[in-house]
Amino acid sequence: MSAREEILERMRRALEGAGEAPPAPREYRRALDPEVDIVELLIDRLVDYKANVHHGLDAIPEALGGAKRVVVPGDLPEEWQLGGADFVPDEALSTADLDGMDAVLTGCAAAVAVSGTIMLDAGAAQGRRAITLVPDHHVVVVRRDRIVGHLAEALPMLDPTAPQTWISGPSATSDIELQRVEGVHGPRRLDVVIVGP
Amino acid sequence: MSTDAETPRAPIVPAASLLPADAPFPKAAKVALGMPQLRANLAHATGTIRAKRARLVDELDDWERLRDTAAAIKADVQHRLPELAVEFERNATAAGATVHWARDAREANEIAARLVREAGTDEVVKVKSMATQEIELNEHFEAVGLKAFETDLAELIVQLAEDRPSHILVPAIHYNRTEIRDIFDQRMSDAPAGLTDDPAALAEAARLHLRRRFLSAKAAVSGANFAVAETGSLVVVESEGNGRMCLTMPETLISVVGIEKLLPRFADLEVFMQLLPRSSTGERMNPYTSVWTGSRDGDGPKDVHVILLDNGRTGVLADEVGRQALSCIRCSACLNVCPVYERTGGHAYGHVYPGPIGAILAPQLEPGRHDDLPYASSLCGACYEVCPVKIDIPEVLVHLRQQGPHHAGERAVMGAAKAVMARPRLWRTALRAARFGSMPWRRKGFMRRLPWPGSKWTVSRDMPTPPKEDFRDWWKERRR
Ligand code: SF4
Repeated sequence: MSAREEILERMRRALEGAGEAPPAPREYRRALDPEVDIVELLIDRLVDYKANVHHGLDAIPEALGGAKRVVVPGDLPEEWQLGGADFVPDEALSTADLDGMDAVLTGCAAAVAVSGTIMLDAGAAQGRRAITLVPDHHVVVVRRDRIVGHLAEALPMLDPTAPQTWISGPSATSDIELQRVEGVHGPRRLDVVIVGP
Repeated sequence: MSTDAETPRAPIVPAASLLPADAPFPKAAKVALGMPQLRANLAHATGTIRAKRARLVDELDDWERLRDTAAAIKADVQHRLPELAVEFERNATAAGATVHWARDAREANEIAARLVREAGTDEVVKVKSMATQEIELNEHFEAVGLKAFETDLAELIVQLAEDRPSHILVPAIHYNRTEIRDIFDQRMSDAPAGLTDDPAALAEAARLHLRRRFLSAKAAVSGANFAVAETGSLVVVESEGNGRMCLTMPETLISVVGIEKLLPRFADLEVFMQLLPRSSTGERMNPYTSVWTGSRDGDGPKDVHVILLDNGRTGVLADEVGRQALSCIRCSACLNVCPVYERTGGHAYGHVYPGPIGAILAPQLEPGRHDDLPYASSLCGACYEVCPVKIDIPEVLVHLRQQGPHHAGERAVMGAAKAVMARPRLWRTALRAARFGSMPWRRKGFMRRLPWPGSKWTVSRDMPTPPKEDFRDWWKERRR
């Protein structure tokens, strides 16, 4: 018997007479109370994570700091590429090329206010996963219409089978005496630019 | 090298790690209790996480409803395991992954080793994963001439120290910063000169040490926190970005996934991804979560493998009471509240899953090998109260005690304990009496003799001294 057949058989035998489990209750929250200002809340959470928050497209150069070479997904809107940096579209750049970039500029698929989570799903203006990972500084543009209060509202906005990265603040570790240290292997600096409508 | 490199140093592995993994719990616990640094490190760490967790759990007014849902989803998964496993396999395969099945550790290790060789390399980078620790993948790789590099900071510390992890979430919880500095200084070839014990400096040293390895690795090995049947997706939850590196940069990705990790639907993540980060690290959300489904052109590994692991899980599934242990999402909240764990540390349990979850999972995964672990508990119930998936750990402990082979004396004391605990006032009185009765042995942390009927039990083995405070008071104080 193949391992597959044998494991499935063991499962069936283990469950003989077990019947069905009762349906799961779903009485938890799926949204925040309507009076909550979700943009304010998102900003509060991001600052708490030590991400930097900026407002409006005009703030992109400031968010990029002194970055000279900035990798961008091939479909990043022209009007986001502001300031004196050299914007390099990702056309299958090598790892070494990516490692030579000062920053990456992308959009996002959704942002969850309550946990300060920015979600990428390889959709428009986001590019492949490596470009938001190797450079040490990630600048992400969050449109207000992508911001939701609750995780349950964000999941339907994602392509479930696309590669996803959910980001809640810069890379961090608490492995040494539980003291949080920002910046290990992922980008050590995260700047979020919130733009209309 | 630091300036005092010449000074002879104490061995860097704490004595608890030197315990043979098969030492019986009472004996191992006794050694651990005699190590003040270990206990101080542990108490600090578990206390810190407990406080963070409690604060963030309080933020959610629907916490109990989330727990109810999570417990019910996991029960449903267990009841439909064959169907969901096949659904996962079908969807992952359609998305370009290759799904393998492994009856036991040996089979899983052999598949993984073969896949690494087929990737044309003899080394892999690894994301922290309980499943690969359980099957001792690193040891198997070493035995067959392959190298596995741990990349999680804590796992790196433990690997460099040639030690074993002592906590599910914070494997190096038993080391303080100075000890970690010493480990890096002595064991990491490229440790910067004059490395201090500032956690930021230590993290930077790890970043530099691993970066080149990440950017050039051909293959990676991971586990998964969740496997979504509906989509064939895997989910890895992490903090440092080492997970993203391993899951994104290499050409070949091999994920070892226990069959109990399945979730029916992608939307179920809205429940579990609220519960897990708050319960484990005490964060609203962990810094990074990666979700991937098979392979995708031009984005991440081309060659994606999933090894579905049984290794005793179907045996657990067969036990009506015990199977709830398969609901565990490895958050480690139960370790952090456990008075026994806090005093003995993880190594004393002699299994990769320590603490309350280990006490119910280890004896079920490896029948006959950890029969003493169900006794490594006071049945105070703190673990059940924090468990995000509502595993009734005390219930399973009592159940396993009844099943395991035991001496008549054990049965007597446990029967008495059950009767006493059914009446909380009596239980409190008994605990106080036990504490008083054990005074002369206090320093060693063990009681030689319990008053009758416990005396029947302690004749043949030592029993951990009840903590100075009453468990119930202790718990009341800490739950806020
Ligand atoms: S048993 Fe519950 S509390 Fe303990 S690690 Fe598992 S999920 Fe967390």
